[in-house]
Amino acid sequence: MTAYTEKIREIAQRLLKECKVEMVIGFRAGTMPMMNEPCFIRKPDQADQLVWDSNCGINLANYLTNRKEGKIGIVAKGCDSRNIVNHILENKIQRDQVVVIGVPCLGMIDKRKITRETEGEILAVTETDGKVSVQTAGGETTFDKADVLQSNCRVCTHRNPVIHDEMAGDPVAEQTDVDPYADVKAIEAMSTEDKWNFFDELLSPCIRCYACRNACPLCYCPTCFVDESKPQWVGKSQDPLDIRTFHFLRAYHCAGRCTDCGACERACPVGINMRVLTKKLNKDCLEQYGWEAGLSLDSRPALDIYNPNDPDEFIK
Amino acid sequence: MENPYLPYPVRIDDIIVESEDRSLKTFKFVFLNPEDEKKFAYSAGQFAELSIAGKGEIPIGIASSPVEKGFIKFTVNKAGLVTSHLHNMTVGDIMGVRGPLGNSYPWKQLEGKNVLIVGGGFAFTTLRSSIIYMLDPANRSKFGDITVVYGARSPGMLLYKDELVEWEKRDDINMHITVDGTDDPDWKYNVGFVPPITEQKAPQGDADSYAIVCGPPIMIKFTQPVLEKLGYDHDHIILSLENRMKCGIGMCGRCGIGRELVCKDGPVFTLNQINQTPREY
Amino acid sequence: MKVIKIDKAQWTKGLDALREGYRLYGPVKEKEIACFRELADGQTPDSEIKNTRLSPKSLVFPQSEAMMAYSLDKNDDEQGICKEVPKDYSPRAVLGIRPCDAKAMVLVRMNFDNGDYRDPYWLNLYEATTFVGMACDNPCSTCFCTTAGCGPYHEEGLDLLLSDQGDHYLAKVLSDKGQALAQKAGWTTEADGQPMESGKATAEGKITAAVETDRLRALDTLALHGADFWEDISFSCINCGTCTFVCPTCWCFDIQDEVYGKKGVRMRNWDSCMFPIFTVHTTGHNPRDTKLQRLRQRFMHKLKYFVDKYDKGIMCVGCGRCVQQCPVNIDIRKVSHAMNSLDAENFCAVQGK
Repeated sequence: MTAYTEKIREIAQRLLKECKVEMVIGFRAGTMPMMNEPCFIRKPDQADQLVWDSNCGINLANYLTNRKEGKIGIVAKGCDSRNIVNHILENKIQRDQVVVIGVPCLGMIDKRKITRETEGEILAVTETDGKVSVQTAGGETTFDKADVLQSNCRVCTHRNPVIHDEMAGDPVAEQTDVDPYADVKAIEAMSTEDKWNFFDELLSPCIRCYACRNACPLCYCPTCFVDESKPQWVGKSQDPLDIRTFHFLRAYHCAGRCTDCGACERACPVGINMRVLTKKLNKDCLEQYGWEAGLSLDSRPALDIYNPNDPDEFIK
Repeated sequence: MENPYLPYPVRIDDIIVESEDRSLKTFKFVFLNPEDEKKFAYSAGQFAELSIAGKGEIPIGIASSPVEKGFIKFTVNKAGLVTSHLHNMTVGDIMGVRGPLGNSYPWKQLEGKNVLIVGGGFAFTTLRSSIIYMLDPANRSKFGDITVVYGARSPGMLLYKDELVEWEKRDDINMHITVDGTDDPDWKYNVGFVPPITEQKAPQGDADSYAIVCGPPIMIKFTQPVLEKLGYDHDHIILSLENRMKCGIGMCGRCGIGRELVCKDGPVFTLNQINQTPREY
Repeated sequence: MKVIKIDKAQWTKGLDALREGYRLYGPVKEKEIACFRELADGQTPDSEIKNTRLSPKSLVFPQSEAMMAYSLDKNDDEQGICKEVPKDYSPRAVLGIRPCDAKAMVLVRMNFDNGDYRDPYWLNLYEATTFVGMACDNPCSTCFCTTAGCGPYHEEGLDLLLSDQGDHYLAKVLSDKGQALAQKAGWTTEADGQPMESGKATAEGKITAAVETDRLRALDTLALHGADFWEDISFSCINCGTCTFVCPTCWCFDIQDEVYGKKGVRMRNWDSCMFPIFTVHTTGHNPRDTKLQRLRQRFMHKLKYFVDKYDKGIMCVGCGRCVQQCPVNIDIRKVSHAMNSLDAENFCAVQGK
């Protein structure tokens, strides 16, 4: 994806030179293997900082809300661009405030998976032609990129940006033979007791750092429900009841809005796979209302409107 | 090991509604264990954490004065979770007090000096403590001239109205009571914001004069240039800061401004000290 | 200082003997995540683990801890009065804590024993604990302890320092507590400590990462506070609090009352200066309203305010956890470089925001 880096730099430089935008939000190289740091540039000569590779899993749309700038350029892959559409539909930003530099995405690599499958401390990771080389003090291991993709990227069906003003590359083929909800269906098929144990184990490492909430572009409430004190909805300790309340309720607040970008899982310091909760609600939205978030600027989100044909078996 | 988080149990002995809109009440507490009162020896300017089991704690300036024995008093504004609950409590209810906390006004330094006290709104509580302390017969001779400028939005919002009237009559203290505005034709005192009244009535500052200022941030902002004009040096202007607190003993890290902790190194600071810290309060 | 030789064949036997007098804790792998846990019967600390995910600060400073309990039953004589809760401060030992984490405890102690007040919860646990350290002969590439006032063989905060010599450990006895523990475990064979000295030099030479701190003490606080690099550094921050939770020298906490029916507890939980409501007043006024202010506060506290207040160096021991785990790769090494190289001469004294 180094071709993308060149193109992104060229576009960013041009946009700033021509004063089309006041800042460009993108990534710059990180100091750790498999990490890039979100950054912004304001001057054309800073465009050389920008990079793009398979370690750009953080969702940059998270940085678009509540900004003072009038015109912002932003680098967005498929899922990020759907979040930008979401922001526009939810009035967090105007369409003409953003210049979207679209990036057709071939998937991000899963830092945790690679760390799990490597012996010893990882010193460097490089990617060439579909192969990921991992260097440790003991030597080098090579993985097929397809085997170490983030779990959301593996089943992604919206790799191309849904809105863009510029493109960093040619559109890529969308995956058609994947089932985005396979993991959710596996949980749905469990018995009640197994489901209880599954969720218990899933959430037990949670340390209430709120990295998942903060990395999520959808979570922009001025005061999150966990921070309210009058009345206090959720306790702040390690009580499992409170931990579950936080995760389940946050998932509900994201129902029908989540684009499965995986930033929440990427940010979590203890490796919780909380995406299964939001994906279940996305699946319900798809099945009940035929709705997937952020695909078009022209339709209102599912939970914003009603239709006479909406399912109503729950009304007795 | 003594536990500084454990509150002394107290009983509410009296509740006085201070302001006409009922948002300010003065609570009088009596310690359930007399030894606790001895442990609670305090100086004017300090604060305490009022603790309501099941609700939380609030840091409130001590309004009673060290020369008043047998009880402690706090004037509390109804603003949030704990203060609202406190306002609904009645005489005889049990709660807790932790303290005294923080540093006090620099009484040793103020001895032999003239003291100007400028207060606004319901920040006057620790100033009441200070005035009663200074006017006490055992202490009055330790201080020079005492001038007080105290203002509120309207006559009904002034605290300790009866005591203000008494002090105004005395000749060992110069009281200048003011309100922002009033349509009461019998209002005997000043009308005007605290900063201009201070400019008109306060004495000149010099090496032997100190000013203690306590009030809302906006009042402090406009009083500071007045004091400078009157000749008060920045290390002769004493302020009491507020910040969000929890432990009150300098451990939870919440109230820090730069390297100072408002609950332990403060809340009393000189303007000089405050000018050298980041403006994060 | 005495050095003891512990044959690895004697290690488990020694641990079993210790169990009669101490609760044992050590680094273990729980579902692939390295952490400090109480060792079950027969369980030994995992010597392969270099750096745990969360620091061992939770052994003396649990994430959630009940401080007091009270009754809210109107019929109860003592309703509304806070009472201390029973605690277990029986002797305990941490086996295999790294020197950086042990020194961090010494730094944190300065907060909980601040000359005017003593925190009984933290201090009782700390004083009941014997710290058996494991020197780092193979530091991680993210370790920068040597420039953070610490080192792979640093002794501050430890009662015993162990060094792995292959088929045996060498243990330097650093305090009476350490001596008592070694005695109880039956580790009494004295040995020559020379290999530890050379091991120390080798280990220190392997540290490649660094923070820059030499100019921090002298730099003007307001100049650092008003510097223009904070916007760039803080942009990516998502205020998640991960850095504060994994950091062994972070100690901010929150006090909350939680009520269940007619009974309640007053508890304390870890809190983070990164959280937006950390400093919010009841009136709604928030002195650190923006992300930039909060991020700046964290680094200023670690690298400047603490330095000025205690004159004991920075409030960081170079464990590298924040660097490894920040989801957006904010790196304290980069920040310290920016702060340390600030050109304060060209700074205007008027305060910015």
